[in-house]
Order: sequence, then structure tokens, then C-alpha cells
Amino acid sequence: MTVSHDVLLVGGGGAGLRAAIAIAEANPRLRVAVVSKVYPMRSHTVSAEGGAAGAIAADDSLDEHAYDTVSGSDWLCDQDAVEAFVDEAPRELLQLEHWGCPWSREPDGHVAVRAFGGMKKMRTWFAADKTGFHMLHTLFQTSLKYDEVVRYDEWFVTKLLVDDGRVHGVVAVDLMTGRVETITAKAVILCTGGCGKVFPFTTNASISTGDGMALAYRAGAPLKDMEFVQYHPTGLPFTGILITEAARAEGGWMLNKDGYRYLQDYDLGTPSPTPVLRSMELGPRDRLSQAFVHEVEKGRVTDSPWGPIVHLDLRHLGQQLIDTKLPFVRELCLKYENIDPVTELIPVRPVVHYMMGGVHTDIDGATPIGGLYAAGEVACVSINGANRLGSNSLPECLVFGARAGRAAAEYAATAGDPPAAIEAQAADEVRRLERDLLHKTDGHEQVSVIREEMQQTVEDSAGIFRTGEALAKGVDTLRELQQRFGHVAVADTSRTFNTELVAALELENMLDVAECIVQSGLWREESRGAHQRTDFPARDDERYLAHSLIHRNPDESSRLDSLPVTITRWPPGERTYGK
Amino acid sequence: MADSIRLQVSRYRPEEGSAPTLQEYDVPLRKEWSVLDGLNYVKDHLDSTLSYRWSCRMGICGSCGMSVNGTPELTCGTFLADLAPGPVRVEPMRNFPVVRDLVVDIGDFMDKLPRVKPWIIRDDEPEPDGEYLQTPEELDEYKQFSMCINCMLCYSACPVYGLDPDFIGPAAIALAERYDLDSRDRGARERLDVLIEHEGVWGCTFVGECTTVCPKHVDPAGAIQRYKLKAAKESVKAFLLPRGAR
Repeated sequence: MTVSHDVLLVGGGGAGLRAAIAIAEANPRLRVAVVSKVYPMRSHTVSAEGGAAGAIAADDSLDEHAYDTVSGSDWLCDQDAVEAFVDEAPRELLQLEHWGCPWSREPDGHVAVRAFGGMKKMRTWFAADKTGFHMLHTLFQTSLKYDEVVRYDEWFVTKLLVDDGRVHGVVAVDLMTGRVETITAKAVILCTGGCGKVFPFTTNASISTGDGMALAYRAGAPLKDMEFVQYHPTGLPFTGILITEAARAEGGWMLNKDGYRYLQDYDLGTPSPTPVLRSMELGPRDRLSQAFVHEVEKGRVTDSPWGPIVHLDLRHLGQQLIDTKLPFVRELCLKYENIDPVTELIPVRPVVHYMMGGVHTDIDGATPIGGLYAAGEVACVSINGANRLGSNSLPECLVFGARAGRAAAEYAATAGDPPAAIEAQAADEVRRLERDLLHKTDGHEQVSVIREEMQQTVEDSAGIFRTGEALAKGVDTLRELQQRFGHVAVADTSRTFNTELVAALELENMLDVAECIVQSGLWREESRGAHQRTDFPARDDERYLAHSLIHRNPDESSRLDSLPVTITRWPPGERTYGK
Repeated sequence: MADSIRLQVSRYRPEEGSAPTLQEYDVPLRKEWSVLDGLNYVKDHLDSTLSYRWSCRMGICGSCGMSVNGTPELTCGTFLADLAPGPVRVEPMRNFPVVRDLVVDIGDFMDKLPRVKPWIIRDDEPEPDGEYLQTPEELDEYKQFSMCINCMLCYSACPVYGLDPDFIGPAAIALAERYDLDSRDRGARERLDVLIEHEGVWGCTFVGECTTVCPKHVDPAGAIQRYKLKAAKESVKAFLLPRGAR
């Protein structure tokens, strides 16, 4: 069966739903569809906690939001993209307000804003500490009023159909029935989120497997800045569940085993009882996670069954503030650590949280493949550069979801019907799925075993601190794992909701994404933001004030080149915090 | 504490046609492990063919609802140590068609959701330049009803839904109430028209199980009672007044 649409969204989280609504509003005649491997309200946007940045306060300005973002990125973002982003973020957040998002409020009824890491002004809109959950449900429920938005819930996209430099649709598995179908479209927008699951310890949901990155990469679109992986400094030690940065923005302290606020030793300012913006606990995530490693080296951390930890102290904030501003933090600590942050210290350690890199796009979400767009964490526009600031990713989903939606709608209105050539491609893909996965009789490798080895390899080679030697070794090991994946066995032969098949397809995607991360890390011989090479400890603007682009060669090997960073108003400078 | 615990997991494959059977697996019993961790251990180490849904493992995505020892639970928030020494019976949520193993078909709920118009309804006035003002007190009016994660535990616990699948059900009604109580919304009348139909609120006999099982402390039973009251008032008005005057 083949069905056809004008614009196809792959992924139904914050960016995908925002794009779908933008298309429906831009051109109601377009046939829009959202294909998602989970029901949209299960998407990982749901787990975002702290908030969404948009300058609205009287003492704030777009320029200050832009400067914080640019310096936070260690000057690797594109400043034209950042300027567009900070300009449109408040409008998008206001749009969510009009659609019913339950933003936390000031007593007079205006939207409240809170402090966040690396931000010099209070500009983070929040819905208590379930901001992503509320944004996602608001978007999903609002999307239901647009009859023209069709959904394929629980369909897994396995391939982009590209001919002559243009995308014409996808091949996808309907998980409920196991049928493999072709869905043609004039434009496709990838909104599949991040890839935290390539690492062993992550805040990310099990679904964050880099599917869109792998789809684009295999279809010939380059991935940009893949070496930049964000470790969030405060994850719960066993589960990796995120304790939001808002906990520090509301006044929480980071303590080492001696009860000492150790961040003062890492050029992040001096401790003060109440939070100071762009200082100490409100420094950027890359610097805080790196400080943790130095504390481990100094032996000033506490041992736990899951490795060394430090503590987040919220006790002095009091129950009332915690219950009003951080109720989810308390709920998560009670449930998953059996401790009450009102009276006890929260054990935390750095945890993989966000991928700064992604599918290379321009400022409208367009990739180099005609008709193919990307928005949200899967994309790299880039506004995040070498380190994303907390609370910039939710508005990024909105701003660039809407931009990509409008651009795709315009493209689709003039694009022709898909060429006959894609039918053969789709048939090949169906055969591949049958032969390599569903009907393979001689497989002997297990998905879960290869996945675990991949995760450990990526952590060992592309962790918080990296060396050329470890990265090179990582590349070799990943190549071996890719070879072994060729012998994977899917023991489950059922067509109905075959989650082992899904796990195999996800692993295949992650193996490609993992290789891109490690290869890109090997290429960048400098230290910048979240990419710290102990063999090249300094930032090197002469050679590397540039984005990395990793392409896939026809023989499945990879090739790296680079692209200059766009600088409009903020020439590269020193990142200073706590001053 | 023993070092392992037995899971009795419901298995069903439609191709094999037969009724569901219970399959037993012994998994490590660790104090931090949820039932979901146990299932993941099965999937990764003992039997890769087991199918179930999960994603966030932190009680917010709503994917992993199952019946644990007969009670609807989020498996990511239910801990093996609390169920020791076991065995722990894990089955698909009740009141839904079973697709495969622990996976149920929630398509009926997804079809019902848009019927209650869960979005802000205003007259055709243009949107303001700034935000709609809403005080913290106004936010508190609807906030608990906005906490629903669509996990379906309430439908699984609802005896009325079990008997009458046309009943629109607890989460959908709570969501209607969430928008009705939002100071920015003007759509209460439209939603009431939907909910006073036969399968709307009247099906509920106020058992209250929905509120008891809700992992997010939403009170769907309370929402249903409020709707019945609104509907009753409307029917009195309908009896006394011509339509234009209501």
C-alpha cells in the first residue's frame, strides 16, 4: 500500500507538533501527517522540566539573551540563527500561552520567569517543574482541533526515499500490524529528537535513539557538530533521572563530600547564600560537569554503587518553595531515591542529556536535500554551538518547528509528484527488512549485547574528557560492532507489535550516530564547550572556529569537512562566569 | 532480602490464536528496581520476544501502565522490593483489547479525546499582543486536572468502562473539566453538549476507582460529579427557559 501526503512530520514531540500546526495554519489545503513511533504525548519533550527561555522581563533584552547564548555556546553557534531565535522565542511562548499552556504566574497574573544556568537575566518561563510535559500536552491537544492533521501513531520510519537530491517520502513499519508501507510526501520534516541512548547513562527516554539523524545521514545529508554532547551535572545516580537545573536556579547548592561548594574552585565565582546569575551553581552545564570530574580526581567526592557522586542541597529552600516551584523534583527523589529533599541531600552525578549536534540545516530548517527539513534536537541550526544553555531547547523546538513547518509548506505547494524511481527504492527497503531482520535464520548476535557494548564504547571514548587515542580506539570498536550487527538475530517472528524488531532498527540507527560522534570528536583537535580534549586543552579559533560536517560516503565510510561559523555582532571572546 | 523474584508475565500472540498464558521468569531482586526494570531484564537477558511499551521510566510519559498483581500501575513507579517475596503477576491493563503480550489497544481513547474539545475555545476575537492574565489562584482552579498523563490506568480501573465501552471515560472528562475551569476558556457550553449525551457523564455510577488509581493525583471522579451537577442545572434551565435565555 502507498499513501500520499503533502508534508510528512517524522516525530510528534514539541517540534513536530508545532510544525504540524504551523503548516495547517499556513495552508489548510495541504495534507499534513505526523508519523511517530510512539503516541505523540509519549514523546521525550514530556520529560523536560525546568523551563523555556524568552526575554520578556522589563530589565531584559533580546541582545542579552543572544549574548548569553553565544558565549554559552563558546562562540560555535551561528549568530544569525541565534538572533532569529531570541527574537521569535517570546512570541512562540506567548502563542503557547494563548493555546492554554499552564505557565506559572506572578500574583498579578503575568507569566512568571525564573533564573537559569548561564543566563544573565531571569527569562525562563516555567510550568512548575513539568514544563515539557505541559508544553507537549498543550501542543498535542491543540493539534486535535486541526482535522487536516492526520496521524500515524506507532509507526516506525526505516528509510527516507530520496531521488535526484530530493526527498519524496518514507518507508515505515506499522507496529500494530507489522505491515511495511510507503508514505509519499512532497516535503518531510524530521522531528525525532535526540540520541542519548547511545550512551550507557542518560536522562533520555528509551525512545531517544537518534533515528532522524541516522535516516538523514544515510540519505546523504551531513550531520553537524556531532562531537558536542551535553552532560547535565545533576542526574540521579542509578536511574539517570534528571534533577532540573531549576533546583539550582531556585537556590540549590552543589556540595562535595566535605560539604564544600566546590564550584568556587573552578573559575565560576564566589559562593553567596542566594543565587547569583551566571555564577557558581548557575554556571553553564559543560563547566559544571567538568568540575565534577576534577573533584573526582581530587578525591573529594562520595562513593556510591554507581560510581562517584556529589550532593545537591535544597534543604535551606524550605518545603513551601520546593512544593510550589519544584514539586516534581521532590516526587522523583522520594520515589526513585527514597530521600526527601526537604530534609536530605540529593545524590547526583553528571549524565548525558542533550545532543548539540544534529542534521545540518539552515535557519529555516532546510537540509541540503530538497524538501527535507529538520527541527528540534535532531537538527543543528545551530543555536547551541559547543554547549547549549538550559531552557533554550524547548523554545528551539517551537521557533524552528514553526519555521521548518512554514518553509516546508511553501516548498510542498510547488513541488511535483514523486517520481516512479522511488517505488523501486521502497521495494528494496521492504526486501531488506524481510531478509536482514524478519526472516534471518543464521543470525547469532543479540541486540541487547551489541547495544551495551556500543554504549560503553561511546562513554569510554567520547565522555566528558576525551583523547585522540581513546577516540580512535572507539572508532575501531564501533566498526567491529557494526560488522557484528550484520549477524544480529531477531528471535521474535511475530508481525504484531514486534519490539525486538524495533530495538534492532534503533540499534542500527544508534551505531551510525555513535560513529559520527566519535569520528567528529577525533577530527576536532581543540577543547571547546562540551568537547574537551586533554591532548588539545585549549580553544583554537584559528583552526576550529567552524562547524564539523560528517557525510556518509557511498561505501558507508564517513568523511569530515567543515563550515565557517556565522558571526554577526559578537566576535569570539573569553567565556567568563562569576564576574 | 532474597536475591531474585519471580515474575509471572502474560504472553499473547494473536497469530497463535490461543488465549493468553502466564510465563515465569526469575529476575534479580534489587532494592532500586521497578517492575519495569524487571521486564527490561527479561527482554535483554532472558527472552527478547517479550513485548511491552515503555519510554521515560520516570512516571511522566504514561506508556508503561500494566496490571501488577491485579492492580493498574505504572510499572516504572512500582518497585519489586515492595512486592517481595513475589511472585509478581504482570498482565496487560484490563478493559482494553490486548494486542500482544502486555500491549493493549488504546485507540478508543485516542478517538474519544478530540470529542471533548481539549483546547482553548474563545469567540473569534483576535489574540491579544500579550498574555491572557491568569492569577496563581485562577491557575490553581484547573491545575490538578491538567496533570493527566493519559496513562489509561483510570480506564483500566473503571468498572463502567469495562461494561460500556461507549462511556467517554474518566481521563477525557477530567480533561474537559481542565479546560472548562481555565479562566482563558469560553468553551464550557460546547463541551457540556458533548458530555450530557448518553455515553457522556451519565454512565458513571461514581465508583471512584479512577481517582484511587491515578498516579498523578488527578481526581477524575470529582470532575465527573461536577459535570453531572452542571448537566442537571442545565436540564432544569432547559425545562424552565427558552434556549436563547439560558
